[in-house]
Amino acid sequence: MYNETEIIKDTTNLGPEGELVVNMGPQHPATHGVLHLVVTLNGETIKKIEPHLGYIHRSIEKMCESLTYRQFIYVTSRMDYLSSHINNTACALLVEKGMQIEVPERAKVVRTILNELTRIASHELWIGAMAMDLGAFTPFFYAFREREMITDIMEDTCGARLTMNYIVPGGLMYDIHPDFQTKVKAFIQQFKEKVTEYEDLVTGNIIFQSRTKGVGVLTTEDAISYGCTGPVARASGVRCDMRKIAPYDAYDRVEFEEIIETAGDSFARYIVRVKEMNQSIRIIEQLIDNIPEGEFVGKTKNVLKLAKGEFYQRVETARGELGVYIVSEGATTPYRIKFRSPGFSNLSVLNHIAKGSKIGDLMATMGTLDLVIPDIDR
Amino acid sequence: MFLKDYISDVVNGVSSLLKGMRKTGYYFTHSKEIITEQYPDNRATLKLADRFKGEVVMPHDENNEHTCTGCTACELACPNGTIKIITKFDISPEGKKKKAIDAFIYRLEMCTLCNLCITACPSDAIKMVPNFEHSVFDRSKLTKILNKPGSKIKEGIE
Repeated sequence: MYNETEIIKDTTNLGPEGELVVNMGPQHPATHGVLHLVVTLNGETIKKIEPHLGYIHRSIEKMCESLTYRQFIYVTSRMDYLSSHINNTACALLVEKGMQIEVPERAKVVRTILNELTRIASHELWIGAMAMDLGAFTPFFYAFREREMITDIMEDTCGARLTMNYIVPGGLMYDIHPDFQTKVKAFIQQFKEKVTEYEDLVTGNIIFQSRTKGVGVLTTEDAISYGCTGPVARASGVRCDMRKIAPYDAYDRVEFEEIIETAGDSFARYIVRVKEMNQSIRIIEQLIDNIPEGEFVGKTKNVLKLAKGEFYQRVETARGELGVYIVSEGATTPYRIKFRSPGFSNLSVLNHIAKGSKIGDLMATMGTLDLVIPDIDR
Repeated sequence: MFLKDYISDVVNGVSSLLKGMRKTGYYFTHSKEIITEQYPDNRATLKLADRFKGEVVMPHDENNEHTCTGCTACELACPNGTIKIITKFDISPEGKKKKAIDAFIYRLEMCTLCNLCITACPSDAIKMVPNFEHSVFDRSKLTKILNKPGSKIKEGIE
């Protein structure tokens, strides 16, 4: 096959009207993972984007079919690794729903706090990486300073920094660390002081604004028809927050706003995420002093068996709506499991919104979609 | 009109850039507020969280005794087949046969540190320790036998 490849020196006669095909990825610093985009260019204008997937396919859905209902939860940390707690919560909630397990109040509240901390950590990393894509290197370190505090809290309580596997069907794996509350309060205080630094560095920056405003505009109709969820859809004016629509854990007893922007461009998606972090802080503040005493895990049977039937649970991850669908035959392992990942739908809109723009704007558009490749390509 | 917009754009642009530069300059002059781990120079003082999941070990007491009964609950709980327990039968002085472990084989290279084996263990025979420097030159060195040679089960553990 390689013998037939010839080196093309004259690039003027390629394709109709001098089209040029550029491979972005699988190893490209702006794709944050092994995403391969085949970009067809006319000069500097994008004519078509074709994402090629499969470089990090681990067949997680098939793997889960051979694991028991306790074991399959740890695999889901490896899908969207930046919101691994939320993925684990989705699976645990589904098993609890299928078996009618009572979850103690303490576990519910701690789960909610940890989910919101995960969301902040994910958005912090996104801000840093996004600014780095657009050429600003400094915000990355500022964002990681606050994120480090969250990973420290996770390390203390869950014993891991990224793939926690702390949530089990029925509650939590073990009780929270004695220092948990003081550390979270210290984090909230520091976050509130330092969040203005992002405003100074990134939001108000003229270069950042002119590179993101009006770039990659996604209309409300398209956001719905492409199945976008999470901050991407909310920046286009779609109400899709699962925490509001179908509250789980302790979300029904906390007050927070669903952030909606209507511009639909890259800057709106940035604003949604920044404001969402403040809302997450608000949720944590309401719960951190009111963690109820009691058991941290409910009574479960030794061997978990879901009843025969179909089960579905959806949660709001940092990227959008994650759906877990299980078909059970009444055995200890699922018969079929399917994940509806937010990243896949959000990636599908990339060709539509980046078509016709310049290739430099592709970084801003792709960055604000907040793609995590292992989530797209399970 | 155009000129007015142009000039205001330039002024706003420069002021927004200076605002960001002031923040950067602040941290440049206040280097003590920057927190960086000086690893590996701080190895002697480095302290990880107590619960950090680094490696599975089997604690032995001063008489070289452990509490593992060889019930294989951890082996069944493990999603990756990391643990393999080989059992044998000890014959007590009274002539009774008693099940005991011959080798507790733990494959660190296959372990995802999910903690399911620890929660499954009924006699707290294994635990996670915060070791994280696992690099070795040969992969076979990551396959470990956790029970020490000559060790036996503690009295009274069934």
